[in-house]
Amino acid sequence: MRIERTIWPFLAGIALLAAAGCGGPGTGEQHKPVTIKGSDTMVILAQRWAETYMKEHPGFVIQVTGGGSGTGIAALINGGTDICNASRPMKDSEKKLVKARHGKDVQEIPVALDGVAIYVHQSSPVRSLTTAQLKGIYTGRITDWRDVGGADGRIVPYSRENNSGTYVFFKEHVLANEDFAREIQTLPGTAAVVNAVSKDPASIGYGGAAYAQGIREVPIRRDDTSEPVAPSLQTVQSGQYPLSRSLFFYTTGAPAGNVKAFIDWALGPEGQKICEEVGYYPIIKK
Amino acid sequence: MRAALFPGLRGQGAFADRVAAIAIKTSAFLAIISLILIFVFIGKEALPLLTSAEVQAEASLSRLFLPQSPRPGTATEYTWQPISETPKYSLMPLFAGTLKVTIIAVLIAVPLAVAAALYTSEFAPPWVRETIKPCIEILAGIPSVVIGFFCLMVIAGWLHDAFGWTYRLNALTAGIGLSLAVIPIVYTVSEDAFSAVPQAFREGSVAMGASMWQTASRVVLPAAMPGILAACVLGFGRAIGETMIVLMASGNAAVLSWSPVDSVRTFSATIAAELGEVVQASPHYHVLFFLGAFLFVMTFTINLAGRWFVNRLQKKLQGAA
Repeated sequence: MRIERTIWPFLAGIALLAAAGCGGPGTGEQHKPVTIKGSDTMVILAQRWAETYMKEHPGFVIQVTGGGSGTGIAALINGGTDICNASRPMKDSEKKLVKARHGKDVQEIPVALDGVAIYVHQSSPVRSLTTAQLKGIYTGRITDWRDVGGADGRIVPYSRENNSGTYVFFKEHVLANEDFAREIQTLPGTAAVVNAVSKDPASIGYGGAAYAQGIREVPIRRDDTSEPVAPSLQTVQSGQYPLSRSLFFYTTGAPAGNVKAFIDWALGPEGQKICEEVGYYPIIKK
Repeated sequence: MRAALFPGLRGQGAFADRVAAIAIKTSAFLAIISLILIFVFIGKEALPLLTSAEVQAEASLSRLFLPQSPRPGTATEYTWQPISETPKYSLMPLFAGTLKVTIIAVLIAVPLAVAAALYTSEFAPPWVRETIKPCIEILAGIPSVVIGFFCLMVIAGWLHDAFGWTYRLNALTAGIGLSLAVIPIVYTVSEDAFSAVPQAFREGSVAMGASMWQTASRVVLPAAMPGILAACVLGFGRAIGETMIVLMASGNAAVLSWSPVDSVRTFSATIAAELGEVVQASPHYHVLFFLGAFLFVMTFTINLAGRWFVNRLQKKLQGAA
């Protein structure tokens, strides 16, 4: 479901050049370009929003650049961007810096939700896994299904390539930044992982929500005592599902003018539909 | 020449000739220049590994080639783990993986392709030859991503069901897929080598009372040997640089082992998978270009050696004929 992220930075760059080219004087109505900077995970989403929005609002220019959540937050502190997109919440110390520099509070706007599903073969007897067990499997400390409630036999874990945002999310949230074991096989794209898992009863994989034949999404438990939770729109939105996170927009002070118009549109039905198309979950609509 | 043969064409014809000659010469040199430029570009991006202290702090040559211990006090190991708090850039697992897959592919492809070439050139009736030859040549036209996909979806499944190896995607699976890409090259070059053996050799052999098989195996095959070697070398060069098939079918785990049914990660697949999103001018970026330069030099040398064998064959046969 999640679109391959490798190619998007290039497309984003091209789109940016094109936007810079078209947005010059002479396009009639003049708008100051809105800049969005930050998370590489969100580049693809922000770019899709920007493209669609610009198509619907001629003369409106949005420039999207990646570089990572940290880069975006630094740019917000230095006043180098209108919107910072971040796949992690901003720290209090960072918020204080913005306040000190610009005299305004940081506005935190959750714009989408991201959830990573764990797949096993449909015949696998494993009913649930804890995040600690997942960590053990992917760091190579747990190598046999017997140790996590399955039948005897070696676990064959599949991972995404290390250029993928999902890889980074998994590494940060499940492995607590430890290294993946060397034996972990990596495949290009969620579809390849799903296919590989569907063919091998001993395998396990992760990726965006998928509805393929032959695999099953395993419910995840936060720790030994908590209830297993399966990934769904509801559990991701409520935060019950352990492998989920919010994706944020940050602005200095309450957004106004063009920036506000764009953010409101992104949070509206059209923007949230795009967010589902890209492979994320929409945020709760109140 | 032309003006001398056709005096009436002097003037405009001579001018057109010169323009055409210059155009052809330019395009020939463009090929050489672009080759040089590609090498300069790759080399320039790989160079900071040798010159920049900042890059060397993370990825020096000794870190690339010698075993490293991940933390002080732990055993040394070869690890490729570029996205990490302490990035590890050992090239050994990748080098071993590349060689493993390539050698498997060549070992499968060469006997099949050479035997097929010997059959079509020495034994097959014309209509069989006219059917088999284009079919094998069409194989060369199949995009490697299609072979890779076939390998991932079909071949891997068959092998896994039949042998039940731990890893469904492994060096052998990828090697079999890769051999499909190598067979047409080895076949075409070998077939050319057999055809280049003068007819007089065969006639002489048969006249001495040798059977067709004796002629083929003891006269034609030895005479064409340099060409067969060239075919092997060119096939090796094709296999070592092939990307999509191994990216899809090898599992891409950078494991250093002897087992042919372990997963492997090759140079080309590593570049394809990681270059897209690497931070520009980071040590990781320069290491990937270093891999590229390494691969480039390897395939270049291998192809050069292949051409040398082909030339030697031609000289030998011309001299003998």
